[in-house]
Amino acid sequence: MTTADHKPQIFAFLARYFGEHRLAEDEDMFATGFVNSLFVMQLVLFVEGEFDITVEDEDLEIRNFNTVRAVDALVTRKLAVGAADRRP
Amino acid sequence: MAIRVQLSPRQAEAREEYESFAREAVAPSANGWDRAERLPEEFLKDFADRGYLASAVPPEYGGAGLDAITFGLLNEELGRGCSSVRSLVTVHGMACQAVARWGTASQRADWLPKLASGEAIGAFALTEPGAGSDVKALATTARRVGDGFRLDGAKRWITFGRRADVYLLFARLDGLETAFLVPRDAPGLEVRPITGVLGTRASMLAELDLADCRVAGDALLARPGFGLSAVAAGALELGRYSVAWGCVGLSQACLDASLDHADRRETFGVRLRDHQLVQRMIADMATGTAAARLLCQQAGWLRQARSTESLYATWLAKYHSSVTAFRSASDAVQVHGAHGCGGDYPVQRYLRDAKVMEIIEGSTELQQTTIAESAYHARPRATAPTSPTGEVTA
Repeated sequence: MTTADHKPQIFAFLARYFGEHRLAEDEDMFATGFVNSLFVMQLVLFVEGEFDITVEDEDLEIRNFNTVRAVDALVTRKLAVGAADRRP
Repeated sequence: MAIRVQLSPRQAEAREEYESFAREAVAPSANGWDRAERLPEEFLKDFADRGYLASAVPPEYGGAGLDAITFGLLNEELGRGCSSVRSLVTVHGMACQAVARWGTASQRADWLPKLASGEAIGAFALTEPGAGSDVKALATTARRVGDGFRLDGAKRWITFGRRADVYLLFARLDGLETAFLVPRDAPGLEVRPITGVLGTRASMLAELDLADCRVAGDALLARPGFGLSAVAAGALELGRYSVAWGCVGLSQACLDASLDHADRRETFGVRLRDHQLVQRMIADMATGTAAARLLCQQAGWLRQARSTESLYATWLAKYHSSVTAFRSASDAVQVHGAHGCGGDYPVQRYLRDAKVMEIIEGSTELQQTTIAESAYHARPRATAPTSPTGEVTA
């Protein structure tokens, strides 16, 4: 199981949306007022492309996407499941 | 953003097939379909048999699983022949995309083979009398009753709503924006045709009344709360991409018609094509169409790469293509003069259809505000402010 910290990549992606705002890793992104209606789509595309995972219907929960820490945890879980599936 | 312009041999071959189909089986009938305000069943059957309704369905469910560029080329050529036919590919594709992306294994197995074969036609039912561009004003409600749901509300301007067998429909479940797959025969659903619209008249618009409309538990698509931000947003993304390419075809059709007419028609002893003010209109059509096509190709390559930049690129493409289509259509009518206002030439239809393109899948004004906002996001942070003369001031 991978325990790598994916937060630096996530913060780097989010920087363009939050400008000078110093986003904390447990801060609710959707409550900040910095993101628009395209943001969820862009975030899903980002995590799928950056970490080579697929966001499924059952992953679509606000608690999986609302903070950097939550996105990091989702990525870690998905990568662990993928690694387990690939294990002989 | 990287730009590629060269089609692969397979894409070029597909484009030729679509161009030939649109020229022979679509364009000659388009004015008649526009007047009749419907597409005939025999055409729909032929269209489905050729696999064009399968374009957004993955191959494992009987679909064509077209790559983004090839899907765009299909939309361009259909848009060149008839925007209503292109609209069918748009809304049907949006339903297919949503089921393929967010459906359960059971929903995918149930719906996708039927959507791919044309046994079922899909439509996108988001707009309401009080909720158009402002989708957050969504007022249709859903409530759990037993194992299923009851829906109440009204939908309006639903493209191919008259003909669809299943609606990708949005409602509030416990206040949360939620997507449902509502079959045409759901008890409590009434479908009423809308006629006399300005453009894309053969796209068989309808309004839907949902009065205690009963659907089964497996009608729920994706998680409650993600109906707009994930399901509708993803479907509309495909819709914008489809419309953008369709507008390239529409602009190309305006250019084709204007070149023909200006070559044949004489005024003041010379051909129209020799008048410099006509040349200005033709030059703008040619340039605008080529630029729109490049923007669509850029969006296509980025979609194929699953880049986060594909969303922004698609907004640019749709904005530019739709504005270009309307200006091209207006100029094409001008080039045709009185002939352009009559029903014998297609350019008056192009003009009416092009105006619709500036409203659907994100109005021009929504595109402008979203693009401006995104342009700020894309701006490099380290850039120092500059003076009006370009000198760095800080």
